Amino acid sequence: MVTSTAAKVKVDPRDAKLSMAHFFVAFSALALGGLMGLLQTLVRSGKWELPWGIDYYQILTVHGVLMGLVLTTFFIMGFQYAAVSRTTGGHSNAARRTGWIGFWVMLVGTLMAATMVLLKEASVLYTFYAPLKAHWIFYLGLTFVIVGSWIDGAAQIMTYARWRRNNPGKPSPLLSFMAVINTVMWIIATLGVAATVLFQLLPWSLGLVPTVNVLVSRTLFWYFGHPLVYFWLLPAYMCWYAIIPKIIGGKIFSDSLARLSFILFLLFSIPVGFHHQLTEPGIDPAWKFFQVILTFMVVIPSLMTAFSLFATFERYGRSKGARGLFGWFKVLPWGDARFIVPFIGMAAFIPAGAGGIINASNQMDQVVHNTIWITGHFHLTAATSVVLTFFGISYWLVPHLTGRKLTKAMNKLAIIQGWVWFIGMAFMSGAMHFQGLLGGPRRSAFSTYGGSEQAAEWIPYQIAQAVGGTILFLGIILVLIIFVNLAFFAPKGEEEFPVAEAENLEEKAPMVFENWKLWLGIAAALILFAYTIPFIDIIQNAPPGSKGFQTWSKW
Amino acid sequence: MAKTELNTKQKTEIDDRSSLKGTLASVFFLGIFIIVTWVSVYYLFVDRF
Amino acid sequence: MHMHKLERIWLIFGTSCLVIFLTVIGVSAFYLGNKPPSCLTTVNPETVGQEKPFNEPGLHKVDGKDWEYELVFVASTFSYSPAQVEVPLGAKVKVIATTKDVIHGFEVAGTNINMMLEPGYISEYTTTFNKAGEYLIVCNEYCGAGHHLMYSKIEVVK
Ligand code: HEM
Ligand SMILES: [Cu+2]
Ligand SMILES: [Cu+2]
Repeated sequence: MVTSTAAKVKVDPRDAKLSMAHFFVAFSALALGGLMGLLQTLVRSGKWELPWGIDYYQILTVHGVLMGLVLTTFFIMGFQYAAVSRTTGGHSNAARRTGWIGFWVMLVGTLMAATMVLLKEASVLYTFYAPLKAHWIFYLGLTFVIVGSWIDGAAQIMTYARWRRNNPGKPSPLLSFMAVINTVMWIIATLGVAATVLFQLLPWSLGLVPTVNVLVSRTLFWYFGHPLVYFWLLPAYMCWYAIIPKIIGGKIFSDSLARLSFILFLLFSIPVGFHHQLTEPGIDPAWKFFQVILTFMVVIPSLMTAFSLFATFERYGRSKGARGLFGWFKVLPWGDARFIVPFIGMAAFIPAGAGGIINASNQMDQVVHNTIWITGHFHLTAATSVVLTFFGISYWLVPHLTGRKLTKAMNKLAIIQGWVWFIGMAFMSGAMHFQGLLGGPRRSAFSTYGGSEQAAEWIPYQIAQAVGGTILFLGIILVLIIFVNLAFFAPKGEEEFPVAEAENLEEKAPMVFENWKLWLGIAAALILFAYTIPFIDIIQNAPPGSKGFQTWSKW
Repeated sequence: MAKTELNTKQKTEIDDRSSLKGTLASVFFLGIFIIVTWVSVYYLFVDRF
Repeated sequence: MHMHKLERIWLIFGTSCLVIFLTVIGVSAFYLGNKPPSCLTTVNPETVGQEKPFNEPGLHKVDGKDWEYELVFVASTFSYSPAQVEVPLGAKVKVIATTKDVIHGFEVAGTNINMMLEPGYISEYTTTFNKAGEYLIVCNEYCGAGHHLMYSKIEVVK
């Protein structure tokens, strides 16, 4: 009896191994990508130049691919795999094998793409917009990463499906449900990027077809690109909804509303890609605006999330006897890194979300489109809200998986890490936002633009970004120290995998939430509605195709 | 504090325990922040040619 | 499924804000004509240099249209043609631009003129240049090694 309950609250060691394999890749990507980030800010300050013929856009490609694609995908797959294992009682051998295959396919793909970037055969940035034409091995590597992630995600779905078969009529464990929603959203979304890579870019880079339809490729990319950012965000929301309440000693405000918000994300995250193409020719403005409306819909589940989180905190604080309007705020466990590091991430989501609404506001995008404001924006969303939550997760998950303990000293270091990140990002992202409003472009090495007065005004902001970048890099070093400690050196022991309970256990989640036919049907209908007509328009009214260009510097 | 509160103490305590007024205040602060930033950038859009 | 009364108040408030934002930008776009640049005209990127109006980049006075001038730009790695241009203060101008090769950006810093240039497509934006000064045009979409060296200038003069 004792052993069986103990077995339930612990991730099976065989599953732990696969999750840790993902984390080693993710944190290696963080180390290297973080260094690139630092170098970018230094170059952009105008006070320093890259040595040995290394080119700014090469390191920017490395940074974008490692941070945006590798760190995130590997961490998320590893975390969700562990969360499903923890809440369903473990993966089957078949699911575990599937997971490993997915992991290796992703890793091989990553190495193929990375090799091409290092050889300067693919300085096309992580968005690889045609008609910039990278080496075919780069595109093949990306295909492997995508297909590998499908196989990896299938492991989670298999285990979820087995749990449902064994527990008919019962709502699935909240964390497993959320993990599967995110995986399903990812699979639907990656169909777009898989289509452009497999059917357009790969044959074109191999010389099998002479030209590429640029707008079709971009539209397929952004069909994927927006849900991509929600794929990053939802695991953070998993932690905020279903794990943080346990860490602080409170309860989930409402299990059903948490599920509802995830369903809304599944439905509305995908048919909104045009909000990244608002200033592009070739797309009808009415369809742009239609997708803008759908984009605003996806704000609603985030409004729900904000309320739930505050409510969880307030309920907990008041149960501890806190009084007054904000008394509950003071009794939160400010000395616990598992809480405060993700909490800083939540706080960052306030300006991040506000910025996102601005970006999505149709013609208002003209003020900020492709300015460094955008970079400032997603360093708040992805590089603060999301990654700080991921760091906060790894501070208990890594020792949980390796059979070690987060010591007092490491806890303290982790708290310092969180604040260092906060300060560094306030400088870097803040300066990026203001420079962007003045017109400073993103994805650009240092330039005086022929002595332009306007460009001269941007330089102080770029120096502030270098200050912020340096502090952030310090933060990355701290993360790496803690990660290595927890993986290899921390004292042996038991670290809890916190999973919260709902406040109201009587209120069973409606089973309709697990009706996949229904939700997939609605998702498909929305996607078809938002994309079919404009997509046919784009194809029918297409200009002559583009041949490939390699305009970046080569070795 | 004031004496009259003594009689109502029991009641306020229960109310206070399940109250979410701090939550409402917090989310409204968030809402106001969103409105202010949005309006500022909208102003920039209108002001520029 | 139960929703707390205060959460309902919050969601009604939040959703109303979103509806108001959408109404403001919707009216501004479709009634006042401030749509984001969305020109649907295409062109052959290989021969664009010989085709009208791109065979003569620069500012042209036009008659009988809703705008007084057309300002034509051709982008290619890593420059714009023309490299500098003067526009009279207060002129209502249609900016017309395209690219000969890869994707470029076309951003007049400090203004709302900000559009993507994609091979095969013409990008247009009509506006009144109502503030004097020197404006930098920057390429804000990565186009290769010289991306940060790609710029042009507009002088709005009295
Ligand atoms: C030490 C910490 C970091 C620093 C100093 C840093 C710095 C930068 C800078 C300066 C840029 C913009 C360069 C440009 O537009 O020219 C950039 C782009 C980017 N960063 Fe970071 N960053 C950091 C961490 C992160 C993290 C943790 C993530 C991901 C979660 C991330 C994701 C990205 C992405 C996706 C881009 C866009 C690349 C592109 O436009 O192609 N960064 N970063
Ligand atoms: Cu988006
Ligand atoms: Cu460029």
